[in-house]
Amino acid sequence: MQAQTIIRWLSEAEGQIKSQSDYLTQLDAAIGDGDHGTNMRRGFDAVGKALAGQGDTTPPGRLLTVAGKTLVATVGGASGPLWGSALRRAGRALGDVESFDGERLADALDAAVEGVIDLGAASPGDKTMVDALLPAARALREELGAGAPLDHAVRAAAEAARSGAEATVPMRARKGRASYLGERSIGHQDPGATSAAIILAALSAAVDSSRD
Amino acid sequence: MSVVEHTMRKFLNDPADVVRESLAGLAAAHPDLVRYDAEAQILVRAGTPAQGKVALISGGGSGHEPLHGGFVGRGMLDAACPGEVFTSPVPDQMLAATKAVDGGAGVVHIVKNYTGDVMNFKLAAEDAADEGIAVESVLVDDDVAVEDSLYTAGRRGVGATVLLEKIAGAAAEQGRDVEAVAALARRVNGRSRSFGVALSSCTPPAAGKPIFDLPDGEIELGIGIHGEPGRRREATRTAHEIVEVMVEAVLSDLAPAENSRVLAFVNGMGGTPALELYLLYGEVDRQLRAAGLEPVRNLVGSYITSLEMAGASLTVLELDDDLVALWDAPVHTPALRWGV
Repeated sequence: MQAQTIIRWLSEAEGQIKSQSDYLTQLDAAIGDGDHGTNMRRGFDAVGKALAGQGDTTPPGRLLTVAGKTLVATVGGASGPLWGSALRRAGRALGDVESFDGERLADALDAAVEGVIDLGAASPGDKTMVDALLPAARALREELGAGAPLDHAVRAAAEAARSGAEATVPMRARKGRASYLGERSIGHQDPGATSAAIILAALSAAVDSSRD
Repeated sequence: MSVVEHTMRKFLNDPADVVRESLAGLAAAHPDLVRYDAEAQILVRAGTPAQGKVALISGGGSGHEPLHGGFVGRGMLDAACPGEVFTSPVPDQMLAATKAVDGGAGVVHIVKNYTGDVMNFKLAAEDAADEGIAVESVLVDDDVAVEDSLYTAGRRGVGATVLLEKIAGAAAEQGRDVEAVAALARRVNGRSRSFGVALSSCTPPAAGKPIFDLPDGEIELGIGIHGEPGRRREATRTAHEIVEVMVEAVLSDLAPAENSRVLAFVNGMGGTPALELYLLYGEVDRQLRAAGLEPVRNLVGSYITSLEMAGASLTVLELDDDLVALWDAPVHTPALRWGV
């Protein structure tokens, strides 16, 4: 994988977030304040514009850093700093290399999850994006360890993120604005975990198309 | 069952521009007090930086007007950083504000305890430190409706924010140093408690429909300031009974000393008229006195709102001589003015 994979991933994420923006906002209205879709969409729109100015020769890690900084500067709320931190850590994990393999991608995803946990202090089960990201990072590592081809492994990671997001429904929120609702947060899918699953699905689509 | 049709009754041009257009309007109305930096998306007090004065900055999502922009001016804030409606501002805004108002005596960031606000202000304080500006951050978390435990993001910053900005602003104006101003702000937060009640939801301009549906005859108890549902939904009742719930929630947690002097702040959420707010204040005043307290100062009006939500919050601040004097000190901002 090279810079093009990252560009495809973030462009795919931009499109997916845009098309599911209303759904995310709807989830957020139930247990937050109904703007998650709008905020993420604004951020990924800006990422698209920021990356359009980057040449094909930009190292993939650098692209992620630019995307992370853009999200911090445009999303606001908690999602801005959290995704900003995730992508910047992932970018740092990739370093200056021009191309990277599955193991390096798994390192980057691990670093991203660590960034989110360091900043947000959420644990698994708190009904946050960690509940989608952590299973995804584990699945990617396990699949690669078991010798799965890259596209299968990333698809498994995306699938784990999706299941992880769905598994937030019965959870009681312990972090973020949904935690103010206490028991009333139970029965709703977490919007942050859902957008994380969308972004992982976009990664899988980008890796698939990189193989074409 | 009737179908409720929601139409947005708001004065708007493009909903995406509501915050910027409102900020420009505020600055146009009060050019003697504030300047709007449209590029940095901040409101800055006219005449800043004031050399040798501790500078106070606050910020948060929009939709709570007049908080925070309406409190920029003499004796209160030096800058405000407004985010999108109900969305925390971004670190670049706080950094720009910090640099714009730093008069060499230190900068205090007043941060309401919401996950997004805390993270974005934290990143901004780190950036400011990199540029050689020391920032003291003060967290406001006075909302008793949220239990402060490992199971929540902690108590929300609500009504006490207004009182803290006024009192800390007066102290900064007097020339107190940055440690003293920050310590005072933390003391105000520590001696304040709030509880809010909603009679309706509210409609963020970008969403175009109410955040939640509240059927006739029901109220939300324990709300914050983002149109989010409260801790519980119950049948409506008289103002007297609602104030009983608010006073009990606030006093049982604040546990003020007997015969304390207090400041009682009855705050409208945006859609409740002064007629009802003063009715509530009458109840609050009676019930606080019945509880053995002396409400020697008060503030009644819509100062920290949730768009056009109908509802109100009560904040009680336990006072001492210093706090009374600072509360009474002159203030001249778009939304709060006395003594000048």
